[in-house]
Amino acid sequence: MTLRFRRPEAHAGDLIFSWVLRGAAMGLPALLFSIAFFLFQRAEPAIAKFGWGFFTGSVWDPVQENFGALPAIYGTIVSSFLALLLAAPLSIGTALLLTEVLPRRLASAVGFLVEMLAAVPSVVYGLWGIFVLVPWLRQSLEPALARNLGWIPLFSGPPYGVGMLAAAIILAIMIAPTITSIAREVFRAIPRQQREAALALGATRWETMRLAVLRSGKAGVFGAAILGLGRALGETMAVTMVIGNRPSISASLLEPAQTLSSVLANEYAEAASDLHLAALVEIGLALFAVTFAVNAFARLFLWRRTLGRSAR
Amino acid sequence: MTTTSPFLLETRGLSAWFGNAQAVKPTTLGCAANTVTAIIGPSGCGKSTFLRCLNRLHEEVPGARAQGEVFLENGPVYGPGVDPVAVRRKIGMVFQKPNPFPALSILENTVVGLRLAGVRRKNVLRELAERSLRLAALWDEVKDKLDQPGMSLSGGQQQRLCIARALAVEPRVLLMDEPTSALDPVSTARIEELVTELKKEVTVVIVTHNMQQAARISDRTAFFLLGEVVEFGETSRLFTNPVDPRTERYITGRFG
Repeated sequence: MTLRFRRPEAHAGDLIFSWVLRGAAMGLPALLFSIAFFLFQRAEPAIAKFGWGFFTGSVWDPVQENFGALPAIYGTIVSSFLALLLAAPLSIGTALLLTEVLPRRLASAVGFLVEMLAAVPSVVYGLWGIFVLVPWLRQSLEPALARNLGWIPLFSGPPYGVGMLAAAIILAIMIAPTITSIAREVFRAIPRQQREAALALGATRWETMRLAVLRSGKAGVFGAAILGLGRALGETMAVTMVIGNRPSISASLLEPAQTLSSVLANEYAEAASDLHLAALVEIGLALFAVTFAVNAFARLFLWRRTLGRSAR
Repeated sequence: MTTTSPFLLETRGLSAWFGNAQAVKPTTLGCAANTVTAIIGPSGCGKSTFLRCLNRLHEEVPGARAQGEVFLENGPVYGPGVDPVAVRRKIGMVFQKPNPFPALSILENTVVGLRLAGVRRKNVLRELAERSLRLAALWDEVKDKLDQPGMSLSGGQQQRLCIARALAVEPRVLLMDEPTSALDPVSTARIEELVTELKKEVTVVIVTHNMQQAARISDRTAFFLLGEVVEFGETSRLFTNPVDPRTERYITGRFG
């Protein structure tokens, strides 16, 4: 006699459960596509009217219905990369301090506080920017920069306080916790034996960090930085509050500027015409595409270089 | 205190702790120049910790500390004014698991210690790399692919690369912490052969859980049990005619 087992599909509960899971698993990616589709659809009038000129035009004039997104694209890219430039050394240094230098207890306390920085709402950073950072920039840092380095176009012009520099500094503070905590995980994943190998060869503490930690973790830290960049590109509220919102491209970091997200936040509520609305949605589409690409790149990179290796 | 002793490396009352747990009880033993000293004993008997005290690596573990005296060529290894970094340049180490630096090539791995010591000239580094790789019996296998990552080698080759890396800075002593426990029998045999060769260049202290290995390659053997040296003497004598009944029980496989 042969034993017969009931096939798993025969259980109604299993069947339902598996379909619920399937639905949930398909739902989120489907949502992503539906957002992209929605953006395309709503931006269609602007896409039809301006074509690629939308991304190269530098005039943004809702009254004349002439829309060019170049200043916003420029502002987004410059403010985000500048933020990354400021945040990366700070974050990598902090991550090294947390994993390599501080005793474990103190490190977890400091690490906790750093992660709490990531929990501060964007609008609160914006308020701090308006009431603390911007006045300081206007009264202290920017005049000093203009006095000493004013001959470089980067630091020329009147000190407004609000502007590209203020936005970049706020963004740097906001992405530093992200980069720090990922870099910290990357450094933690490096086996103790690597550090001991360096120490046993007569490496000093700093040399051990450089040789066994930084060099081995280079790829992961790069991924962390790109994730931080992705966050900076999309950040809206705080940037809108301190960047000055002027649709122009200026070489000077002291000048007001705008970003893709700040244009959207500022103008969406008072969009005057259908074309204006479509142009704003196309800005949203551009932002969606850029942040999607940057984040996808960073995730793939991190996954391949760190998770992929430790899993082996 | 500095006295002249017949030993190249010597410990006097060396003990070690992890927090409040004593891992090594006061231990006094000496290794003559150009000999191989094996340290055997069951897992957790403190033999690795003892070894790691010799190049002051033990103290790098949070909460760990060591007490007592260690002398290298009659100079103190512990004490105020002794820089552990300088000690570790003279006392090299090879670990249980091969640990070449993943971001570095075979050549870079070999000379990384020299670089740390300040050697910069390319041709000098290259020459010393060849010398160390030959000493580690790896040269013929890697001479055509020095620029490939150290991780691309097999486990046994990686371990010999680590030996070359340790030898490049011309240490006086080479500490080996179960260097073959992660390797296959053929690679193990090659490393054992190598250790016997290396005796001409350095003084070797090797921790092993493999008694046959200790018997094959060492001149003297120390048997550790529960953090203390039960017996220390000529390897041939210790394995054939142990004095302490605990040593006899261990080497005949009745515990451990």
